[in-house]
Amino acid sequence: MSQTRTQHTPVSEIRVRKYNKREAIAGYLFISPWIIGFLVFTAGAMGYSLVISMSDYNLATGEISPTGFDNYAGLFEDPKVALSLRNTLFYAILAVPFEIAFALLLAFVLNRVGRGAGFFRTVFYLPRMTPTVATAAMFLLLLNGNTGAINQFLRIFGIEGPQWLIDPDWVKPSIVLMTLWGVAGTMVIFLAALKNVPVELYEVSALDGAGPVRQFFSITVPMISGAIFFNVIVLTIAALQVFDQAYLLFWRDQTNASPESSLFYGVYLFQQAFRQFNFGFAAAMAWLLFVIILLITLVQVKVSNRFVYYEGDNR
Amino acid sequence: MSSSTGTTTGPGLDDSTAGGPASGKATPDDAVSTHSGPIGTLPPEFDAELAEQPAGPARAERRFAGDAKYRTRRRVLKGVLWVLLAAFSALFLYPFVWLVSASLKPRGEVFDNRLIPNTILPGNYAEVWNQLPLFSWIFNSLVIALLAAAFVAVSSSLVAFGFAYFRFPGRGLLFGLVLATMMLPGAVTMVPQYLIWKNLGLLGTSLPLFAANLFGSAFYIFLQRQFFLGLPKELFEAARLDGASYFGLFRRIALPLSIPSFVIIFLFEFQASWNNLQGALIYLNAGSVEGFTVPLGISYAMTTFSPTNGGHGDYQYVMVASVIVTIPMLILFAFGQRYFIEGVATQARKG
Repeated sequence: MSQTRTQHTPVSEIRVRKYNKREAIAGYLFISPWIIGFLVFTAGAMGYSLVISMSDYNLATGEISPTGFDNYAGLFEDPKVALSLRNTLFYAILAVPFEIAFALLLAFVLNRVGRGAGFFRTVFYLPRMTPTVATAAMFLLLLNGNTGAINQFLRIFGIEGPQWLIDPDWVKPSIVLMTLWGVAGTMVIFLAALKNVPVELYEVSALDGAGPVRQFFSITVPMISGAIFFNVIVLTIAALQVFDQAYLLFWRDQTNASPESSLFYGVYLFQQAFRQFNFGFAAAMAWLLFVIILLITLVQVKVSNRFVYYEGDNR
Repeated sequence: MSSSTGTTTGPGLDDSTAGGPASGKATPDDAVSTHSGPIGTLPPEFDAELAEQPAGPARAERRFAGDAKYRTRRRVLKGVLWVLLAAFSALFLYPFVWLVSASLKPRGEVFDNRLIPNTILPGNYAEVWNQLPLFSWIFNSLVIALLAAAFVAVSSSLVAFGFAYFRFPGRGLLFGLVLATMMLPGAVTMVPQYLIWKNLGLLGTSLPLFAANLFGSAFYIFLQRQFFLGLPKELFEAARLDGASYFGLFRRIALPLSIPSFVIIFLFEFQASWNNLQGALIYLNAGSVEGFTVPLGISYAMTTFSPTNGGHGDYQYVMVASVIVTIPMLILFAFGQRYFIEGVATQARKG
């Protein structure tokens, strides 16, 4: 990067000093907002969270009384922590593959359209622009087991659809459906990756007699493995923190018909913190989630190192 | 090329044949921004070469047979493609049509799933303002979203310029930290941040919903830095010689040139803020209903109109409100589609 010097700096001094002092100070000044924010809202908050997780926080007085690892031990004694964790993991395992497959299918189709692709991409992207709360308001009625349009549609084929929002077994699929409607963000990333696959690969493989299916698995998937990997990680992290959809469909009021099946980790953490005001317990829950997310991401990175192809890269 | 059957695109084939693979011509950078237009056409010389090619009788026959089979398969594939497109479009658009139509129905008919209402009540759109403090919610959300977006766009640009232009000890390490914070789940800092705002005595205000944006945000810093790094160095050197200050370099050169990524940041953050339910639940739920934002307000409306909570099931107003708060997002998308798509695609490129 260009190094600006004041004119009277002796040449000998430039060689000795690696950094121009004025430039360095200016650099620090420019990034100072981030440094302050990091110290207060990230590093500071994390340290604070660690302290709180090992104490009992009195909301009224603001007093912090140390309790050691009691809150962490409490995580294993509270059956709702285990329940919410199971629900969340199950949801993630259900949601992520569906999101990946559906987004990939959409991107694949869009990539083949040629003329008109822009129009259809806009249509596919519209749900992503819809505020989550509006989406939830719609799906609350669309998913209604008796009067909802989805079950009404299934009845055309003689299928009696489930009580999506009441039957504990269908709680997670309901949220998956709602999430799939707004999957266009993932689709756009796949679409960008698909457009970067060199056309020559398809031509050469076609000469060798490879059909579309073979081409898809032998060329397309390996060539966009980087995007697949990225999307899997991002979607997994998001799924493990699922809150908005679960809150809007199930936890707005006291009328939740399946309070066990719809208790996700993020929801329980929120309840503990901002309904029960057990800040110490909630902070401990947050750290457990952090560790779980870190472990899952690490495993995914390890696995992907075997399969992901990075173009022009010798890592 | 010509010796194979069924691999080359013969003359007279429609452009959908080449649609998919040919679009691979796009370079990584314009792949996302140039979307519409005839991306599925082959270079003209390619067609010409095939058309003029004199083929021997035997070869022509083979080619013909192959092409016929090939063409049929192509036609089937193309048919499947358009059926899928139509089905997906219906899938994505149906809820919107359903929503608009439900918003025009009287109380008893909201659940009937008719796309053309039996009774059309445009009056719902007038009445909703009396039923719900929707105007306050939209006003609150608008102020918060504008401040959140403006703050984060300016601060992230400043920080990004610091990382992109200046050399200082620890720059690499600090930028690594910026990237690392992107991986931090929001749940970890949710509780302590609440307590920080509490200790500052700012609970009950909407400040916690946008003030932290004054300190930049990791992904946006990354995005702007990438953009700044792409600017020609000579511009800055020339300006330095003309006596511009460091801040002048940022304000007069870097910022005006980075408008596209600035807009991406602004739009992304505006949308994120407009959608922010959890923050509103944490910081605004205890206050007055008029002080709610759009997500919190509509969530509240869904509950109050519910018959199980003593409401009368006036869901048509929830639907009207949903339509009204979606419209600003659609307008934003109409004007800034390119930026949204590009911004999303960039996320994956940070590697």
